[in-house]
Amino acid sequence: MQKLRSIAELERLRSRILRRRNGTKKYVSVCGGTGCHAYKCQDVASALEGEIRRQDMGSRVELKVTGCHGFCERGPLVVIYPEETFYQRVSPADAVEIVSRTVGKGEVIERLLYVDPQKNRVARSEAEVPFYRKQQRIVFGKNGLIDPTNIEDYIAMGGYTALPKALFEMDPEGIIEEIKESGLRGRGGAGFPTYQKWQTCRSAPSRDGVRYVICNADEGDPGAYMDRSLLEGNPHAILEGMIIGARAIDAHDGYVYVRMEYPLAVKNLGVALDQARQYGLLGQNILGSGFDFDIKISRGGGAFICGESTALMASLEGHIGEPRQKHIHTALKGLYGRPTNLNNVETWANVPVIISRGAKWYSKIGTEGSKGTKIFSLVGKVHNTGLVEVPMGITLREMVYDIGGGMRNGKKLKAIQTGGPSGGCIPESLIDLPVDFDELTKAGSMMGSGGMIVMDEGTCMVDMARYFTKFLTEESCGKCVPCREGLDRMLDMLTDITEGRGSEGDLDLLEELGGVIKEASLCGLGGTAPNPLLSTIRYFRDEYEAHVVHKHCPAGVCKALITYSVDEAKCTGCRVCARECPEGAISGEKKKLHVIDPAKCIKCGLCRDLCKFDAILVSWERWEYD
Amino acid sequence: MRIDASKVDRIVDAYGCHRDSLISILQDVQAECSYLPEDALKRVAKRLKLPLIQVYGVATFFKAFSLQPRGEHMVRVCLGTACHVRGAPAVLDEVRRQLDVEPGETTEDSRFTLETVNCLGACALGPLVVVDSEYQGQITPGKVKRVLKQYMNDGRGK
Repeated sequence: MQKLRSIAELERLRSRILRRRNGTKKYVSVCGGTGCHAYKCQDVASALEGEIRRQDMGSRVELKVTGCHGFCERGPLVVIYPEETFYQRVSPADAVEIVSRTVGKGEVIERLLYVDPQKNRVARSEAEVPFYRKQQRIVFGKNGLIDPTNIEDYIAMGGYTALPKALFEMDPEGIIEEIKESGLRGRGGAGFPTYQKWQTCRSAPSRDGVRYVICNADEGDPGAYMDRSLLEGNPHAILEGMIIGARAIDAHDGYVYVRMEYPLAVKNLGVALDQARQYGLLGQNILGSGFDFDIKISRGGGAFICGESTALMASLEGHIGEPRQKHIHTALKGLYGRPTNLNNVETWANVPVIISRGAKWYSKIGTEGSKGTKIFSLVGKVHNTGLVEVPMGITLREMVYDIGGGMRNGKKLKAIQTGGPSGGCIPESLIDLPVDFDELTKAGSMMGSGGMIVMDEGTCMVDMARYFTKFLTEESCGKCVPCREGLDRMLDMLTDITEGRGSEGDLDLLEELGGVIKEASLCGLGGTAPNPLLSTIRYFRDEYEAHVVHKHCPAGVCKALITYSVDEAKCTGCRVCARECPEGAISGEKKKLHVIDPAKCIKCGLCRDLCKFDAILVSWERWEYD
Repeated sequence: MRIDASKVDRIVDAYGCHRDSLISILQDVQAECSYLPEDALKRVAKRLKLPLIQVYGVATFFKAFSLQPRGEHMVRVCLGTACHVRGAPAVLDEVRRQLDVEPGETTEDSRFTLETVNCLGACALGPLVVVDSEYQGQITPGKVKRVLKQYMNDGRGK
């Protein structure tokens, strides 16, 4: 491939690709995201490939292994274009029929279609699946259409149209102005206006003129994986955004700092970088514009704190990932002391969309203060889990019931956790809250990177607060005292409460301690660390009091406060639990009622999981409130 | 274990002997030896002209690195939020019992190392256990034994 030297050459290439592809050729898209990988999608893909060859269909159909389609719950997913026939839970054995019937004769295979369990309605295409219906996938939508390891797929889908516009038609100030008008705010958590960072960085003095742009792909929030899916499924969108940003800021070196837990993302990104260089879209004299810019990949080492900008930059320089005080922002003095602009993966992926479709169009989506869409990972106790991209301002109710398909196992919704360890739990009573940066903050939580974990009555809110506090205690770098010592103390108290050793006054003390940690910590980790605790005390004080005063866990989660027993009416005496109990705590003869010895039981839950008759009960000691 | 200095050199050179690649270099060394041997840390420090304390600091700060040899199979239990609410703690307990080690430890026969991770980014499949690079989704305590068994009898033992 010869390097492209001008817009004209890029456009010629684009029409060549489109001409070559234009025709009656169908294509079969197999989701190759990490979720579908776990369901062995690669076997489905190779079975399809084999069938296409065997049935000699190569001239009529093309097979594509794409990035994540989002609906991870129902993987492996296969979509046949142009009809958009949507198949779920596909196995390698289905390949014969998919190729002969759907590809060959245009027939639909009923058993592979998705059936909406709520309305018992069959969905033939992706658009008819309720999970997708309320979504607006302006950033994430291309994931299911392109092979991330083939730059020509991205170009054919209209990729790299924003870049020439930014290079030849707009000046740097114009680009920043466009981003300002779009209202884009950082998708990594805090929601800082993107244009402001760019402008500060552009006008900041640099002793040798060097400036950097960084893509923060150290997606550390447990429960969020949209950055991973974007990097794996559509890496060129991020590169295109970064090149445009670099041009606006006048930077020539960029980094993508990516979690080492994401090997496929690192691989696909590496392929994308090589291809972009080969095509003259990265490197020296991009598209003949005279602008130089290149990107390096840097892998993280598994530290949550490195999502914080100053810690990330320290670790990029080869130091340990400790943050520093930010009275001087990284936009002024960042990597190697030079002005540095850092944005999150999803923010970068929004940039080409804004430049090519215009700020006016973009700013029509969303709410007053939060423009555009946001990708959420909708996970936890809902039917349809996966990645969803929705306009800002959608309500939690729509998220949980329309997209998520409601709660699993007929249980009741209790709370929704957003914002990861920096966020909070929003109670069911606020279900009509519109989701945007400001509303979530007002409710005591935050947008964070977009994790949305749905919890039912079987989730204990004290245990959740303890979970996040433990997480943060382990991830605290230890540099400042309030975070290091404060969180440790907070964890001790929460552990006491969940183990039945809580005492009156604990809650007030926890709230006070939370306030101090928030105020006095050095960086954002400590500054937001008390949020999970404070938001759960705010909305679920009863539940805390049940633990502290009555030594009772209403959700039946905290081990020290529950007991296991056998349901006499349901036990068939099958001996499975007795055989598998690691402590030998279950006794009983075959076909006779079994009994659990509470003195030996370690409450591991294995018996409950293995029992096919649902005969193991979890209950708490008898207690009375009044 | 002694590591061949030329092996380390090859890795360091692949990154242009640049100190901003320290983490990546250590990762590749670890991929080669399954952990970071002392000799390797010294060699990396020398080549990058960094004080050993800085290399050691990075090697101990980040969770990805181990200064101890690890087992043949890595068992990683995800404790991310989505996995947690779907019962990951009980899964971890069962893995600990089956392998008879605590997180961070290696079994006596050097077959398995158990680790916990904060999120593997496949939250829709939780609870999740990853053995080597195989993702096992929707694991319950009852399924743990069966999953581990596949690796116990894979004939790759010493």
